[in-house]
Amino acid sequence: MEFLRPADWDEALAMRAELPGARPLMGGTDVMVELNASGSEFGRPAELPEALIDLSGLPEPRGHGPDGGWLRLGAGVPYTRIVAELAARAPALAAAARTIGSPQIRNRGTVGGNLGAASPAGDAHPPLLATDAQVELASRGEVRRVPARDFYLAPRRTELRPDELIAAVLLPPAAGPQRFAKVGTRNAMVIAVCSFAIELRPALGEVGTGIGSAGPVPLRAHEAEDFLRAELADRWEARRPLPEAVERRFGELAARAARPIDDVRGSAAYRRHAVGVLARRTLRWAWEDYRKGADPCG
Amino acid sequence: MRVSFEVNGRPVRADDVWAGESLLYVLRERLGLPGSKNACEQGECGSCTVYLDGETVCACLVAAGQAEGRSVRTVEGLADGEALDPVQSAFVDAGAVQCGFCTPGLLVQTHDLLRRTVGAGGQPPGDDEVREALAGNLCRCTGYEQILAAVRLAAERAGGAA
Repeated sequence: MEFLRPADWDEALAMRAELPGARPLMGGTDVMVELNASGSEFGRPAELPEALIDLSGLPEPRGHGPDGGWLRLGAGVPYTRIVAELAARAPALAAAARTIGSPQIRNRGTVGGNLGAASPAGDAHPPLLATDAQVELASRGEVRRVPARDFYLAPRRTELRPDELIAAVLLPPAAGPQRFAKVGTRNAMVIAVCSFAIELRPALGEVGTGIGSAGPVPLRAHEAEDFLRAELADRWEARRPLPEAVERRFGELAARAARPIDDVRGSAAYRRHAVGVLARRTLRWAWEDYRKGADPCG
Repeated sequence: MRVSFEVNGRPVRADDVWAGESLLYVLRERLGLPGSKNACEQGECGSCTVYLDGETVCACLVAAGQAEGRSVRTVEGLADGEALDPVQSAFVDAGAVQCGFCTPGLLVQTHDLLRRTVGAGGQPPGDDEVREALAGNLCRCTGYEQILAAVRLAAERAGGAA
């Protein structure tokens, strides 16, 4: 196994094209766990990549800024900076980032890493789904943008091709209140048992959702979205409290959209129930944000 | 591969480093700096916490090659010669140490917390902020009460000196 240090982004893309078996490395919070385990008696049989391509020294993935009304967030911006710098612009993603690991992990871990690992439990996924974000994938000679809703194919399998690097995520202009919630056994250092993100888009009459850690891939709750869009159509203007029946039904439909399994972190039945509770709660919070005019469009 | 970087203000070099080797391994096994502890090797316990370019990280999750040209500060670099850092003195005075295995990580992480709060002219961190800052540092002996007392003591002393 070789350790490759590209001098710039173009060289990183060239290395990726020439060595499809190489593993891109950024914060190391997933990749190094695997490498550390590969040498130990508890580790999985060593299946080492042919090389590591270290992207952590490159400036390109570590920036963020406006991109035609969207926010372009470099794939290598650590969660600590997302929390510190983007809480107003990307509230759901920042809220999710705040729940990840520990300060040490947030100093290193990145959204690009979450997307590359593509664990269904990754905390960045539900906010990306709920806000209709796009993932920018770069290869030598091509840059393409894939909607987050099309990115996840199967556990640990995504749209990313072996010659591509995850360059950035693009977040649409913030459309309204966003909320994220996560269930775990502690407030810190915990892999999600399940999670949920919601965005309300008053100006468009739309809503977005994302379910984490309750299915083979991060999911949207389509039926719940359709139901809520219809229910809110006549309610945006009056800004009255939502009837409990609407919150409850939204939670039920979100729970129905989950496709959880039993594992060490929780049973499928518990996860389905908890997704429903998180959906109901985050809807209430987001609607209250909207009523108070806390949304950027209000 | 050869890796050159700075540790505690001193240039260091390690040769024949394996591509997948961690910064922690290089510090402990090649550079004779065993203060940073090796426990979980997956970023769960915080006992290998060091500064990398001024930010605290788990050294077990940094590839050694990623430290090239960078600056690392370990628990060995907190004291000024024989004079303990105020965080270290507070841990001693509060009796925040039992087996001691988690202590180096807690010292570095507490050092960072106080640097960012009282050290930057801010208020001493409240208990919630301390717990959040130390959430990634596991101690299996103390029950954390003495550790929290040590952090409060260090913050108090740092605030008083400012």
